[in-house]
Amino acid sequence: MGDSYYRDEDLGRFGEVGKHNPELFKKFMDWYSASLRPGALTRREKVLIALGVALAVQCPYCIDAYTQECLNEGMSLEHIAEAGHVSSSIRGGASLIHLLQAHNSVDKVSL
Amino acid sequence: MVPGVERFDDRVKADAGGPLSALGLDVIQANLGYRCNLSCRHCHVEGGPGREESMSRETAGAVLRALRSVPGAALDLTGGAPEMNPNFRGLVEEGRALGRRVIVRSNLALLLEPGYSWLPEFFAHQGVEVIASLPYYMGSTVDRIRGEGAFRKSIEALLILNRLGFGQSANSAVPLALNLAYNPQGAFLTPPQAELEASYKKELRERHGIGFNRLYTFCNMPIGRFREFLMRSGSYESYMEKLARAFNPETLGGIMCRRMVSVGWDGRLHDCDFNLASGHGLLPGLPAHICGFDREALANRPIALEDHCYGCTAGQGST
Repeated sequence: MGDSYYRDEDLGRFGEVGKHNPELFKKFMDWYSASLRPGALTRREKVLIALGVALAVQCPYCIDAYTQECLNEGMSLEHIAEAGHVSSSIRGGASLIHLLQAHNSVDKVSL
Repeated sequence: MVPGVERFDDRVKADAGGPLSALGLDVIQANLGYRCNLSCRHCHVEGGPGREESMSRETAGAVLRALRSVPGAALDLTGGAPEMNPNFRGLVEEGRALGRRVIVRSNLALLLEPGYSWLPEFFAHQGVEVIASLPYYMGSTVDRIRGEGAFRKSIEALLILNRLGFGQSANSAVPLALNLAYNPQGAFLTPPQAELEASYKKELRERHGIGFNRLYTFCNMPIGRFREFLMRSGSYESYMEKLARAFNPETLGGIMCRRMVSVGWDGRLHDCDFNLASGHGLLPGLPAHICGFDREALANRPIALEDHCYGCTAGQGST
């Protein structure tokens, strides 16, 4: 793959981040695991949400992991692509609505 | 053998307390040959139009003799495309005349090919059970695996079968049952079967007006064309590790080899179609060929386990 900040094999090393504070890392892992367990939402719904967030925050590790999870849940590239558009348009909308701040700013000083 | 992945037979001995044996003989599965109108990318027998392996009339006769010797056993016909074998019609007719369940594993696309359009009505008249391979309910995915146009043909064939009465019952093991078979479209595991079946039912009904009985899910076995894909993509080891990690000892009671014997196109006996495709016969001391078929010896035989068997025992298991 050449020199890159992100490497496939680092996904499997996530546990190392707990090396210098295992207690806090354990709290995170317990919360993370519990949040993905089926409840009112199915696992299928939860991994799709996870993929959407991964795309929105652009975490390559999560994008890789949760794309695989979507496939494991019986989804296809069509499902994943639609989720990507939902995720991106919501993220884009979050920027776009702040244009109102700019409108307000113009209104403050305009005749 | 993949470093870090325990041999399957050792894993079974550790989890099940001993080697696996058959629990009876409910099904005689006959692989009629590797000739097929399709060349699917995941095919474990590497079937295709150019394959010439084909079960002979004599061997087909021996299959029927074996069937008669096992009261109540079902006849399961697979391939390649089993319908392309010249003895296919006779096997179905004789099997049904004996009052047995006859299962036909069809790729659906063949039913629309010139010279094969008689098959759907023949299936209906004979009251066979069809297990139809449909890797997904969306066309782009199916066509990527089976070739351009395969999905459209599959839908047309399913509509024809529905019109003839297939797929109407809630029971999956009755005449005119229409069951579908799902394979993942790559190196990943099968999703929960009940949820995927619900998705298939909803999508096929709403998009195409198609009904069916049950959906079976099968992991892709690391043999044949799928193994070639794994090697080419450098994912063989990771896939084997994935299968091994997902090993579920609760599946051992229901895997197909426990209640069936597989007869190859050449009459050789195997524990299942996957052992057939990978060239593994029955264990030494057991009849090697259909001509030596021995119901007693086969019904409780020890099973030849290989590492690809992780594919049938991963997660929920192959249904």
